[in-house]
Amino acid sequence: METIGKLVAHYNYVVTIFLMVAGLYIVIARSNMIKKLVGLSLFQTSVYLLYIEPGKIIGGTAPIIDPAFKVYSNPLPHVLILTAIVVGIATVALGLALVVRIYEAYGTIEEDEIFETEGEA
Amino acid sequence: MRLDAILRVVVKLMLPFMLLFSLYVQFHGELGPGGGFQAGVIAAGMVILYALIFGVREAKRLVPQALVERLVPLGVLIYLGTGLVAMLLGGNYLDYSTLAHDSRHGQEYGIMAVELGVLITVSSSMLAIFYAFVERGR
Amino acid sequence: METFINAVLLTLLAAVTIAIARQRNLFGVVILAGIYSFLMASVLLVLDAVDVAMTEASVGAGVSTVFMLGALHLTRTLEQRPHYSAFVPLLVAVGVGAALIWGTIGLPPFGTPDAVIHKHVAPVYLADSLKDTLVPNVVTSTLASYRGYDTLGETTVVFTAAMGVMLLLRGRRRKGAGGDERAKSKGEQL
Repeated sequence: METIGKLVAHYNYVVTIFLMVAGLYIVIARSNMIKKLVGLSLFQTSVYLLYIEPGKIIGGTAPIIDPAFKVYSNPLPHVLILTAIVVGIATVALGLALVVRIYEAYGTIEEDEIFETEGEA
Repeated sequence: MRLDAILRVVVKLMLPFMLLFSLYVQFHGELGPGGGFQAGVIAAGMVILYALIFGVREAKRLVPQALVERLVPLGVLIYLGTGLVAMLLGGNYLDYSTLAHDSRHGQEYGIMAVELGVLITVSSSMLAIFYAFVERGR
Repeated sequence: METFINAVLLTLLAAVTIAIARQRNLFGVVILAGIYSFLMASVLLVLDAVDVAMTEASVGAGVSTVFMLGALHLTRTLEQRPHYSAFVPLLVAVGVGAALIWGTIGLPPFGTPDAVIHKHVAPVYLADSLKDTLVPNVVTSTLASYRGYDTLGETTVVFTAAMGVMLLLRGRRRKGAGGDERAKSKGEQL
């Protein structure tokens, strides 16, 4: 019972872990390569959320210094995640270019069909 | 009347505001949310929208492929160059305090130069990737 | 109130994720991914991460959707049914999820101001940013000045990605390299 109480108090973190695990499931279980890349993008975005959630202070505001506010949320995760978002889009763009070349070489973007073709050859 | 007349008129009205908004986000990145990355993506989005509605040939007249290819490394060179200038003026690499008469203004000038480099690289990289995807399909 | 809005938005995100996992039409998947990015930007805004929210909205819902649609135009838009059963991946996913939830139980409650994360470098940045750099936005001053090397690396990564995509996709599509014939002989429909 106490664990369930703790889970309710940590609802944010539980749902973030669910998003992460759903992205991981899409990457592992689906064989279409573009779907895998979408799953990877979901996984990355939920990790950004997991980083930024502990930095929030209830009653604080965005970390832009202004004389009217005293309490600011932590700016350090924001900086790290800005870099991570841009690196994520770079990865996805490169992955999509590779998928296009794979389609031109094999005629399909389903991973299990490529394995069967390569297994026969 | 063609069916895409509405899209053409509305997009033509939107494009200058998108460019203005991108420059606003870039220069006000120090006073509010914003900065080089967001501004670069919005500027690239402007040209991509133009290409989607009016055709890639028109977009390449606006921003030629050769210009995009030259701009992609230029932003990184601006960033590296700022660090080198700071080093040549006597400080450490990327230590902006040496760039002006006093350390606080030097930091501000350094931040502005660096964000300019980031804007140029991000906007031209996104546009270069878009042109590459479109050209493959012709 | 913020916690409640957060909880509602996160529940919507979970629903969109389940829809993405089950949807087989890839065009629908790409549009759902755009909706996911917008919801994520809203959640980040409620969490006071305004710079990150703007970047996530423009990058995730803007150019990411365009690149995926470009890739879909060059390949196929329907996902085939999987040949293997999805039981083992589901087990792995549930196991990883349980381990992660057990790990995050030890985190301090959401939103407390005296957590450990607020104690080391962050108060120094918040206190000194306006004095040292004359820039009120602490995220920009940290990104460009205090942590300028990381931003240099990130700009190089974007440059490398553009170079990589241009190397892979420049030049005409080579006809008859094997791909187009195999696609036609299987009688694929779009």
